[in-house]
Amino acid sequence: MTMSLDGAEGDLGQGSGFVVALDGFTGPLDLLLHLVRDEQIDIADIHVARIAEQFLKAIHALGLNQAADYLEMAGRLIRLKAQMLLPRRFDDEFWEDPRTELVRRLLEYQQVKEIAVWMSRQAERRAQRYARGVLPPPPSALPPLPLSLDLLDLLLAVEQVIAEIPSPMLHSVVARPLDVESATLRLEALLADRTEFDWREALGNHPSIVDVLSTLLAILELAKRGLCRIQQTAPFGNLVVARELVDAAVAAP
Amino acid sequence: MSSLTPLSLLLEAGLFSATRPLTLEELGALDADSSSAEVRTALDQLREHYDFDGHAVEVLELAGGWQILTRPAYAAAIERAQAAQRQPRLSAATLESLATIAYRQPVGRAEIEEIRGVNSGGVLRTLQERGLIEVVGRSEGLGRPMLYGTTPYFLELLGLNDLSDLPRAEELTIALQPHRAEADPADGDAFASVEQG
Repeated sequence: MTMSLDGAEGDLGQGSGFVVALDGFTGPLDLLLHLVRDEQIDIADIHVARIAEQFLKAIHALGLNQAADYLEMAGRLIRLKAQMLLPRRFDDEFWEDPRTELVRRLLEYQQVKEIAVWMSRQAERRAQRYARGVLPPPPSALPPLPLSLDLLDLLLAVEQVIAEIPSPMLHSVVARPLDVESATLRLEALLADRTEFDWREALGNHPSIVDVLSTLLAILELAKRGLCRIQQTAPFGNLVVARELVDAAVAAP
Repeated sequence: MSSLTPLSLLLEAGLFSATRPLTLEELGALDADSSSAEVRTALDQLREHYDFDGHAVEVLELAGGWQILTRPAYAAAIERAQAAQRQPRLSAATLESLATIAYRQPVGRAEIEEIRGVNSGGVLRTLQERGLIEVVGRSEGLGRPMLYGTTPYFLELLGLNDLSDLPRAEELTIALQPHRAEADPADGDAFASVEQG
């Protein structure tokens, strides 16, 4: 089964833009002609009841019973079948064969198909000859041809599009709790060693922002407990951590 | 080896440089001093020159003009070497619509759909996009629908000189064949059909 999707039809299309071409049939007349030929009977002598039944069976089998053009033809055939069943008098001069219109259309359509075949051969023959460069392009710049694809192409395209959607950006937040305890230990060790020092000495090598914050909190905690004093000699100057004198006095008996 | 006249050589240069058929007027513009009769004679001379002196190309009358094209014998090699690109084939639905338009032009969409028994909007758009048909007017009927006709490019694609080269309606054989007719490019005959009983 092939499906040709004709999108927006612009000024040409007011009807449905969805054209279904199945198993090589270009329309209901094509299918009907095919059935008549299979019967090997003269078009003018078409057996309506049988052809109508075959037509319905065929469009059902091909899944065409959804396509408007085929349904319309099915309706015509059923009406024609009913008309053929109506009783008539033998001497009815005004009786008109209800099949006339259908036969005329079928013959006309058959002629169109015959010309189409002739044209196809003709184009094929012409295509055997090449002009300089490529074949002359159609006049003026033209929009691309309407989309024509089968179900597999469509599914592949959908898969491709889905694959190209970037997965949402996820930031994993890692909890990095402040390590005030070890900062306090470092400070106490320094205080035990010296009477005062630059607070930055307590940071260690390559301090991270967490180390800086931990150390600051540790200094404030020690100051609050009265274990050290914080001095700043100038605005925005360095903080100097000094051993608390009271503490020193207590420590020194 | 026949020697070409200066006018024939001029026409050869003009035809060689063109990528489409050139009309008699266009060819005449190559030499203002030559009459159209002289151009025609020179064209014949050029054509004979290609035919008799053994050339891979020939001068052909197409779509109301003349064009230099390669001979069919070289098509397979050209395609194999991808020296030139083949035009995409027309689908059966496209050909049916094109056939209807070619014979009924100027013709509206409704009539085409009545004959084909199927919605033809998409097909008509394709034909228009490929430059094979064009809007040639509007009907006087309700809604003044657009009427379509074939373009010179249609003749070019089919290798016809003008619309009278299409088979006449009475030449067509409406035949009841056991199998669906299919295009057979190898078949030289326009129609191989069974007479209707």
